[in-house]
Amino acid sequence: MLTMQEILETIKMVQEEHLDIRTITMGISLRDCGHPDTEASCGRIYDKITRLAGDLVETGEVISRKYGIPIVNKRIAVTPVTLVAECSNTENYLPFANTLDRAAAATGVNFIGGFSAMVQKGYTLGDRRLINSIPEAIAATERVCASVNVASTKAGINMDAVLQMGHVIKKTACLTENRQGAGCARIVVFANAPEDNPFMAGAFHGVGEPECVINVGVSGPGVVKNVVKRLGAVDFGTLAEEIKKTAFKVTRMGELVGRTTANMLGVPFGIVDISLAPTPAVGDSVAEILEAMGLERCGTHGTTAALALLNDAIKKGGAMASSYVGGLSGAFIPVSEDAGMIRAVLDGALGLDKLEAMTCVCSVGLDMVAVPGDTPAETIAAIIADQSAIGMINQKTTAVRIIPACGKSVGDKVEMGGLLGSAPVMAVNPFSAADFVKRGGRIPAPVHSLTN
Amino acid sequence: MLPQNDIPQGNRVIISVLGKDRVGIIASVAGVLSAVNINILDISQTIIQEYFAMILMADISNSTINLEDLKEKLTELGTELGVRIDVQHTDAFNYMHRL
Repeated sequence: MLTMQEILETIKMVQEEHLDIRTITMGISLRDCGHPDTEASCGRIYDKITRLAGDLVETGEVISRKYGIPIVNKRIAVTPVTLVAECSNTENYLPFANTLDRAAAATGVNFIGGFSAMVQKGYTLGDRRLINSIPEAIAATERVCASVNVASTKAGINMDAVLQMGHVIKKTACLTENRQGAGCARIVVFANAPEDNPFMAGAFHGVGEPECVINVGVSGPGVVKNVVKRLGAVDFGTLAEEIKKTAFKVTRMGELVGRTTANMLGVPFGIVDISLAPTPAVGDSVAEILEAMGLERCGTHGTTAALALLNDAIKKGGAMASSYVGGLSGAFIPVSEDAGMIRAVLDGALGLDKLEAMTCVCSVGLDMVAVPGDTPAETIAAIIADQSAIGMINQKTTAVRIIPACGKSVGDKVEMGGLLGSAPVMAVNPFSAADFVKRGGRIPAPVHSLTN
Repeated sequence: MLPQNDIPQGNRVIISVLGKDRVGIIASVAGVLSAVNINILDISQTIIQEYFAMILMADISNSTINLEDLKEKLTELGTELGVRIDVQHTDAFNYMHRL
């Protein structure tokens, strides 16, 4: 029998501490949708997505009402489009992006991920075409998310792709200038990209995945923050233990919702991603958890250690609560989507360098950061190269989601609205890395890639 | 693919009432439930400072209305009484607190 205390604890988590299921993401394989004729291929893609995901949004809402827990987003991730579009005789992949956008609108999801390519070792014909199409595709659509994997521990870093992505991001910022460059919020550059990540903008349905699958991303920074606050000045062992217990409870909710959704839709349940994902709402912030641990501002000395403790405790608790944990599974530190991060930047406590250090111990690193509009593409490429190097050497996922804010400089703000929040423009290092990133070729895989 | 038959079944809900205490809260909620043939299995309540918290477990298997309509009815009643009334399936609590 449940106790009153337990019931009230759950209710409090949802009503006061913003506990929610951040996303139910349906992964759909499009590998049977290739066709030499672009229009025919797009037709197949549209039909398949709308057939499989037709009931996704409604199902999510039914489950949300049944359990009394908000399910914030319903989304779709598809096979990296380059694998499908390559069959077609076309240079421009814009029609594929438009098809994804239409299918997303028809099913009612707010984002669809998978306008993606994996080029860590080199480009195929289709990869090149897809990456060239990204700026136009992002500008022409509302819901399509693009991602490019430029590095892996096994392959090294494709520096040609890194440099090109610097230019792609700049170009997208210009094309979406009237939306304050917000198109760049839908482009992620990965190292070691996970193939079952339910979180946007980096979600895609990897080649090892089944025909159709349900993956779930939980959330709950607010819940963890309140636990840390309530504990007061306990030692680190106690702190880690309590965070672990909380992560366990939060993840159980994700497991329940994921399994129920999969069951109702008649598709397999894939994974729960146990990332702590903040929102711009006050109190739903990862930075505020770190501050509750005793840091005056997120970004000051000690932040990396605090984040390491948090991230590890979340994983330990989450791993016990779910049979299948996957995706990114680590704390997110997106600047624009986290009120505490924004405050830390505005107060001068947090900069790109510290975020890079924090990347080493958490999930994805430089996420939703705005930089001055006149930042050279080569500098953006160098930032991507640094993040990729951290991912490659430490055998972990890293990602860059960076927004060059057209016509803005340090101290200005970019308003993106909704869950994307607002990003203060951050300073980049003024010294050039152009000669470095333009060398071309591939940075070899590290010696510890030789594991066999 | 995971075994999917281990999703908890059953038709029990937790009805929670949170808000400022006043006369007649339990009576009104019980009235709504009995009108639609919902059996109350357990009630506990507590006053935390001036706030009233009531947790009620009920069996909705023989209910004449579905969960969605019940939620709507109780939300309406909550607005009338100036309290927040929620209905959640017990699985949400069992999954979080029991293995």
